[in-house]
Amino acid sequence: MQPAYSCPATFYKRFTRKDGNQETTHYCPGCGHGHVHKYVAEALADFGVADRAILISPVGCSVFAYYYIDAGNVQVAHGRSPAVATGLKRAHPDAVVIGYQGDGDLAAIGGNEIIQAANRGENYTVFFINNAIYGMTGGQLAPTTLMDMKTSTTPAGRSAGNEGFPIKVCELLGALTAPYYLERVAIGTPAHNRKTRAAVRKALQNQIDNKGFSLVEVLSPCPTGWKMKPVDAAKWAVETMPKVFPLGVIRDGHDLDLGHPRRRRQVALGELPKVLGTQVPDVCALAECGTPIAEARFKISGLGGQGVLLLGQILAQAGMLAQRQVTWMPSYGPEMRGGTASCNVIVAPEEIGSPLITEPTVLVAMNGPSVERFGKDVVAGGTLLYNASMVPERPSLPGIRIVGVAANEIADSLGDPRVQNMVMLGAVLACDATVSKDAVWAALPQVVKSKPELIALNKRAIDAGIAAVK
Amino acid sequence: MAKQLIKGNDALLRGAILAGMRAFYGYPITPASEIAEAAAKLVPASGGTFVQAESETAAINMVFGAAVAGELSMTASSGPGLSLMQEGLSYLAGAELPCVIADVMRGGPGLGNIGPEQGDYNQMVKGGGHGNYRLIVYAPAFAQEMCDLTVKAFAAAAKYRNPAIVLTDGFTGQMMEPVEFPAAAVAPPVFDWAVRGDAATRPNLVTSIYMAHEELEAHNRKLMAKYAVAAADLPEHRGYLLDDAEVCLVGYGIVARVLRSVVDAARREGIRAGLFRPLTLWPYPAQALAEVAGRVRRFLVVELSDGQMVHDVRLAINARRPVGFYGRQGGMVPSPAEVLAVLRDPGKEHQSYAACV
Ligand SMILES: Cc1ncc(C[n+]2csc(CCOP(=O)(O)OP(=O)(O)O)c2C)c(N)n1
Ligand code: SF4
Repeated sequence: MQPAYSCPATFYKRFTRKDGNQETTHYCPGCGHGHVHKYVAEALADFGVADRAILISPVGCSVFAYYYIDAGNVQVAHGRSPAVATGLKRAHPDAVVIGYQGDGDLAAIGGNEIIQAANRGENYTVFFINNAIYGMTGGQLAPTTLMDMKTSTTPAGRSAGNEGFPIKVCELLGALTAPYYLERVAIGTPAHNRKTRAAVRKALQNQIDNKGFSLVEVLSPCPTGWKMKPVDAAKWAVETMPKVFPLGVIRDGHDLDLGHPRRRRQVALGELPKVLGTQVPDVCALAECGTPIAEARFKISGLGGQGVLLLGQILAQAGMLAQRQVTWMPSYGPEMRGGTASCNVIVAPEEIGSPLITEPTVLVAMNGPSVERFGKDVVAGGTLLYNASMVPERPSLPGIRIVGVAANEIADSLGDPRVQNMVMLGAVLACDATVSKDAVWAALPQVVKSKPELIALNKRAIDAGIAAVK
Repeated sequence: MAKQLIKGNDALLRGAILAGMRAFYGYPITPASEIAEAAAKLVPASGGTFVQAESETAAINMVFGAAVAGELSMTASSGPGLSLMQEGLSYLAGAELPCVIADVMRGGPGLGNIGPEQGDYNQMVKGGGHGNYRLIVYAPAFAQEMCDLTVKAFAAAAKYRNPAIVLTDGFTGQMMEPVEFPAAAVAPPVFDWAVRGDAATRPNLVTSIYMAHEELEAHNRKLMAKYAVAAADLPEHRGYLLDDAEVCLVGYGIVARVLRSVVDAARREGIRAGLFRPLTLWPYPAQALAEVAGRVRRFLVVELSDGQMVHDVRLAINARRPVGFYGRQGGMVPSPAEVLAVLRDPGKEHQSYAACV
């Protein structure tokens, strides 16, 4: 027969992380935690995976699990163990990641985290110590506290009216598709303990075999919290608790392929700039580079779908290729309301301050509301280009140049109503010298990364816009 | 290599990957969702992991797990999400784990709105979580800085084993500007303190618990000493026309862009204004600002908040000069003309912050 307290190789011989007596654990006599610790440590040693093991200590009486188990150790916030496990396991799919949580930690504060990790089928192992009470904080109600059970926060006993019913975690998780193994066991008699040991081993083996999420719920005596003698507590754990939390296997395996282990793509460091598209070649050296310009502020406004953002982007791209400072800013705040879209493009010789435009030098108004809204803001001597197809009456605004272009009709005549924005871009080029046609030609394929025939069509539309102004 | 026209948010994420980030855990929230959306595509393509978490609480703890595992990891969110992450930030700082969190600020308190605001300053710069800790906070104002300061944030986080924040706003994220990315990607570092599930790191423990009071005090003192080094090492700012300035405008992020335009407009009217733009909000570039205080007559702090940074400006200059404040909230962004009017007539400054100084 095995000696009762043989020490597994992965159980620290002396608890050097502990304050005070380093020979004994911090657990109360008769506590279930010690048993489960031992089974975990033993399995890690027997399976030869201690080097690969990462134990996540929770908040609760087992907050110091790292005092005892000789594995990589991490201590985490109350209830967050499943989220931390996710981060760990995704980083190191070959690590054997172990969550160890109490009922307050797992079923109360961390209820969402455990459900979600189980639902993602995270390939890690959870030991869930259900002692029906908050041990560490002194015996308060837990989500698993039995009906009528007295705790320090249910002095008259748990009532359905005030606290609801005990949460059956295994059954709850059993409603999900992804979990691979769910079993409820208990600590209290040698026979129960042996089953617990077997379940612990199975849950760890599953992870090693990349099967997926495994959770073992252990009904575990808490003599202190229950205010019982250790023998009575042991009895209560295996006789009374299982009446509410039936022992046995809730899920044992499935054939789903969850893609375990979740291996990452291997990408060489040198490939990253390509993957990210962060290195773009210099494609053009335009004649206008370095020639002096004044700051130009383009506001382009219209209905959503009229292509105002793209028009602005081509202007900005062209400005950038000409080695100007540029900003492109989509509509913001109150300007966004009412189905209108607008963007602000600044092309300047020097660093640009505010990217927001309150006084455009050029307003491109693709529809009537845009004229009404922004027309009065155009600086004296500035330009209003309006889409005459949508604005039947020529706007009368003093002190600015006003040019109407029937962009819709021109676009239609080119065979594609969508190029009305390009027609207006042509009008911009005809009225304002900030950006050259050469620069726009160079910018087009970079912004409109579509088929060459579309680029050709866009160019025709821009030329038509230029012609319409001249 | 040439510059490319790219959105601030895209620049931030690409910068992060080039800086060695290989794990992104996010939860959607406007105006930060686009970063997660870009991450969902680019992080796995770069050999990393992207997971949409069930909440910001979970996201920050997944980041915690990745950080324990020795990875450079990040998340991105906005005010309501950052509120949920405060617990995790305190644990990350306590356990001395590097990571980066992008906070694309929106209007608050509560659900507020999705307009640009800077009301998370106190939460991020002063710390919204429990205990004695600091977060390193960078404040980009250009798409280029969305990349560059994110790269710096990862370097600082790794160097000081501490979470770093990129505190930004919807404007800076949405704006497209020319960006030149670093030519080479940084190799993800290997940390000897991490727990990787291998023999070398098996003896390691990552924790924020120090049960003995003396030990926790010693740990906190160690953190403070580390922060003192960071406070001498990390502060950065940019000045504009400060040499002969009489009035120094102070602002960060999108506001600093507006203020630059204000400075130009003010100078055209003969007001000698200059701009002080902190790039780090913690550590605050206090010494540099104190030097400016030796030269200028007064300060005007402009924020999209109720005046949260004003306190740091006053502290930095030891209240040697009057510090005015002008703020907009709720998603409103002042125009340069509006700020110029305040500059001309200090009576228009908001004094509301005075109540809490
Ligand atoms: C956020 C937070 N809230 C509350 C606590 C206090 N606290 C510590 S342990 C605990 C309950 C632990 O109970 P359980 O998970 O059942 O574990 P047990 O102690 O019974 O093993 C609580 C509420 C905490 N540490 N953190
Ligand atoms: S309080 Fe209960 S769970 Fe905690 S150590 Fe004591 S017996 Fe174990």
